[in-house]
Amino acid sequence: MIPPSFDYHAPDNLEEASRLLLANPEAKLLAGGHSLIPMMRFRLAEPSALVDLRKIPGLSGIREEGGSLCIGAMTRESELEKSELVQSRYPLLADTTRVIADPVVRNLATIGGNVAHADPGNDHPAAMLAYRASFLACGPSGERTFAASDFFTGPFSTCLEAGEILTGIRIPASGPGSGGAYQKFERKVGDYAVAAVAVHLQLDGGRVAGAGVALTNVGLTAIQAGAAEAALVGSDGGDAALDAAAEAAAAAADPADDHRGSADYKRAVVRVLTHRAASSALARAREAS
Amino acid sequence: MAECRGLGHSVQRKEDARFIRGQGRYIDDIKLPGMLYLDIARSPYAHAKITKIHEDTAMAVDGVAAVITGKTLEGFKLAWMPTLMSDQQMVLPVDTVKYQAQEVAAIVATSRYAAADGAAALEVDYDPLPVVVDPHEALKPGATKVRDDKESNHIFHWEHGDADGTEAALAGCDTVVEQKMHLPRIHVASIETCGCVASWNPVEGHLTLYLTTQAPHAIRTVVALVTAHLGLAEHKIRVISPDIGGGFGGKVPVYPGYVLATAASVVTGKPVKWIEDRSENLQADSFARDYHITAKLGSKNGKVTALKLDTVADHGYSDAAANPSKFPAGLYHIATGSYDLENAHVSVDGVYTNKPPGGIAYRCSFRVTEAVHAIERMVDLLARENGEDPADFRLRNFIKPEQFPYQSALGWEYDSGNYGAALEKAMDMIGYQDLRAEQAEKRARGELMGIGISSFTEIVGAGPSKTFDILGIKMFDSAEIRIHPTGKAIARFGTKSQGQGHETTYAQIIAEELGIPPEDIQVEEGDTDTAPYGLGTYASRSTPTAGAAASIASRKIREKGRKIAAHLLEADEADLVWEQGKFYVKGSPDRAKTIQDIAFAAYTNHPQGMEAGLEAISYYDPPNLTFPFGSYICCVDIDRGTGLVKIRRFVAVDDCGVRINPMIVDGQIHGGLTMGIAPALLEEISYDADGNITGGNLMEYLVPTAMETPHWELGETVTPSPHHPIGAKGVGESATVGAPPAVVNAVVDALWHLGVRHMEIPMTPARVWNVLNEHGAAATR
Repeated sequence: MIPPSFDYHAPDNLEEASRLLLANPEAKLLAGGHSLIPMMRFRLAEPSALVDLRKIPGLSGIREEGGSLCIGAMTRESELEKSELVQSRYPLLADTTRVIADPVVRNLATIGGNVAHADPGNDHPAAMLAYRASFLACGPSGERTFAASDFFTGPFSTCLEAGEILTGIRIPASGPGSGGAYQKFERKVGDYAVAAVAVHLQLDGGRVAGAGVALTNVGLTAIQAGAAEAALVGSDGGDAALDAAAEAAAAAADPADDHRGSADYKRAVVRVLTHRAASSALARAREAS
Repeated sequence: MAECRGLGHSVQRKEDARFIRGQGRYIDDIKLPGMLYLDIARSPYAHAKITKIHEDTAMAVDGVAAVITGKTLEGFKLAWMPTLMSDQQMVLPVDTVKYQAQEVAAIVATSRYAAADGAAALEVDYDPLPVVVDPHEALKPGATKVRDDKESNHIFHWEHGDADGTEAALAGCDTVVEQKMHLPRIHVASIETCGCVASWNPVEGHLTLYLTTQAPHAIRTVVALVTAHLGLAEHKIRVISPDIGGGFGGKVPVYPGYVLATAASVVTGKPVKWIEDRSENLQADSFARDYHITAKLGSKNGKVTALKLDTVADHGYSDAAANPSKFPAGLYHIATGSYDLENAHVSVDGVYTNKPPGGIAYRCSFRVTEAVHAIERMVDLLARENGEDPADFRLRNFIKPEQFPYQSALGWEYDSGNYGAALEKAMDMIGYQDLRAEQAEKRARGELMGIGISSFTEIVGAGPSKTFDILGIKMFDSAEIRIHPTGKAIARFGTKSQGQGHETTYAQIIAEELGIPPEDIQVEEGDTDTAPYGLGTYASRSTPTAGAAASIASRKIREKGRKIAAHLLEADEADLVWEQGKFYVKGSPDRAKTIQDIAFAAYTNHPQGMEAGLEAISYYDPPNLTFPFGSYICCVDIDRGTGLVKIRRFVAVDDCGVRINPMIVDGQIHGGLTMGIAPALLEEISYDADGNITGGNLMEYLVPTAMETPHWELGETVTPSPHHPIGAKGVGESATVGAPPAVVNAVVDALWHLGVRHMEIPMTPARVWNVLNEHGAAATR
């Protein structure tokens, strides 16, 4: 449980951070460190250097601006948990944050780290897919923006290029008739999900006008369940629509047998959680109408 | 005089001041000048021949001072060490590794980091060998042989009871239930891992061993025995067991790391520290349970009549079980439990597999957990088969209060009990009949709710010298009490607290006997240079043995005190009356001398011809074991969508005899219940077909947190032990032993109408959902 030695850098600007990454191909960015450091302690990751982002100003914060909820990549999970704005207007994000690891981890872990680490078991990627979020990055190619649906290219891999750093997240601002929910099923608190489902809904006149449904830890990346979204859009949110969405989400899941259960079991859990998350999202959206 | 606060007072724990303030002194807090650090390179294979160890690859790491291999140790006849069960286990392999994560070489370095880098850098060439993981497979002819030095994988056959009589009785039963069950491998997962600091003084020829051990004296003797050929002798060995962050049986064994650190200290002439990390702790330290049980229980006219248990015990590659020497399967033959039945037979076949050795008594008095699980599951099944509610069936079949002392069919003499009172109290507390009514309503609506009972009987306090020994050393335990001139005291014990609160409870026993308040009594354990010899703390034995010794030593002091008081009061000894804390002259309560007066006089004004001082020692040989008991009722709800079992309520009525410190007893039960529901719902160490451990870290080995732990509702009955000086029985393990079958019985109860008759543990959501799915009861919402 003792990592090999490594260099440590804590630059105070993004350009320097990017330069350090390019100069040290085996270097890793350190945000909250709660995925990276355990991997280093198990010697599963042996980076030559860590480039710590903590001293770079402007990378954290939560605000609504220009029709988006803007979240800095270095924003701690506990800040999201304590944010009145997130808690009152972004229930899917609020749900997700609350079930990541445990309070001690959330005090240091960051939303950007959770997204950019791209562990299929991490919880934010599915929420971001359901929200239709976009990600801002900064690097050798200047500032770039990615749709969440383009970002995750495989387990622990994203479309960020060498030296490129995730700096912020944009979620479409919450309006009347919107609501969401994250249903995570875990073996014990703090565990990665057996399966989890993120649902974000937009109602219009009692019908579902827009839907985002995405799944955690049942594939190589978080999975956007397009057929489940289609089953909800245009419906009245009745049980038949929810059942159809649940069935479609289960079909979209591509889980593997492991300690958390068989693939069949995980698909069944996705089905159940999709129904529950959609019910909860609907109730919240109706309340916000 | 201050109130002495002896038995029955929830005195705040004396030791907590230092623990709460971070002032505890654990093994890793010990730092000696010039100390070196040891790390261990471990095998990636479950069974492999070591063809070459490239020591130079580790030596090339900056700071690495030495690499120790099995070949190094072989030169000192230390490559193998004896186990408590007359087997042997490797300190380091000379040529073959037998389980994944087995120690392969020790790296000694000038820093903890360099040691870890050296262990990671060490290159070892292996030739993998066939692996046997399943003990049933291991018993088949032609199976891969785990041990070259043995005839087969069959270690021992042990049986107890009347085999023929039991078969005949079962044949005569009108109802017989049979069930296979597996209690999987689990691990104590104490917060503090194991470790040591070995400090060899080459000038004095003296070894100091700071060790995470529950039995420091026994370890000192074992070290003396296994190193005698190297010139080490017991008077030159000092074992110090500092504060311990949880033992639960896992700190009874001698681990290879201890021997390696000692060898490294002797070789380098410097103190050497070895602290295992969490993964090593889970993967290589002694496991618990791993019993595959086939159980039969029969009744005639509703009366339980005969029990038969046949068991395959997976011991890993060596029989390193931590049992008293005459008991290869521990106290498994307590298996008739709380029931009055005349015929019983139990058997155990120990088997070698390519897994770590062990078989420790994880918060359990030597296989009692396995026995209780079997009988409490079987009684539930038999009740149903008889068409009777499991509570009513138990109440009718319990050993009755007037039958004590009770001779069990398997040869134990139960000291005391009132099983019906405990179960009825638990039923009252939980509202048993109301829950049954609620269950019927819910079942009609398609909801799954279950109620499970476990009415366990424990057997603790090992043990009477006639039958109980470890490597020949009788299982007494000791107390030495010295009263200082000012009436304060120091008391030392052969046991060793790992969180049980000995510093408080022992002080309360002495307070009760002598009237000296607990805060005036310094309690010490764990230093073999100062404490009297004892066998240590495990199997809930401290209160039954050393606690009794505290009483007896106190009474010896009181008797000397009587002579001194008579001298001071110029009265006849026979005319003195003891009242807690003082002697007075019969009929003249004003003519009194307190224990503090007496203590002062013992050093300043003792009678002519009497030796000065006021102290006593007792080595207590218990006349019998003690038999704590209780009834637990668990109420669960099951999510038909996910298979999640949620414990809604858990009532635990415990009878541990007289309670010394009720708060500490409650704390023991809280912790024990949590460790009891853990294997029922979460914990298991499992292996794949190649012998790869698949639950070897805390991501996969699911220790419950506060979030998984329900609110415990505790109750008590008090049935004193008739043979213990203060009537206490011991309580450290009752809850761990009693809780698992209550949870299993509750889940089976919830699923009974679907046709489910048994659930293996841990009852993970996936396992429960599979059962629901097979029975068409899984929900999609």
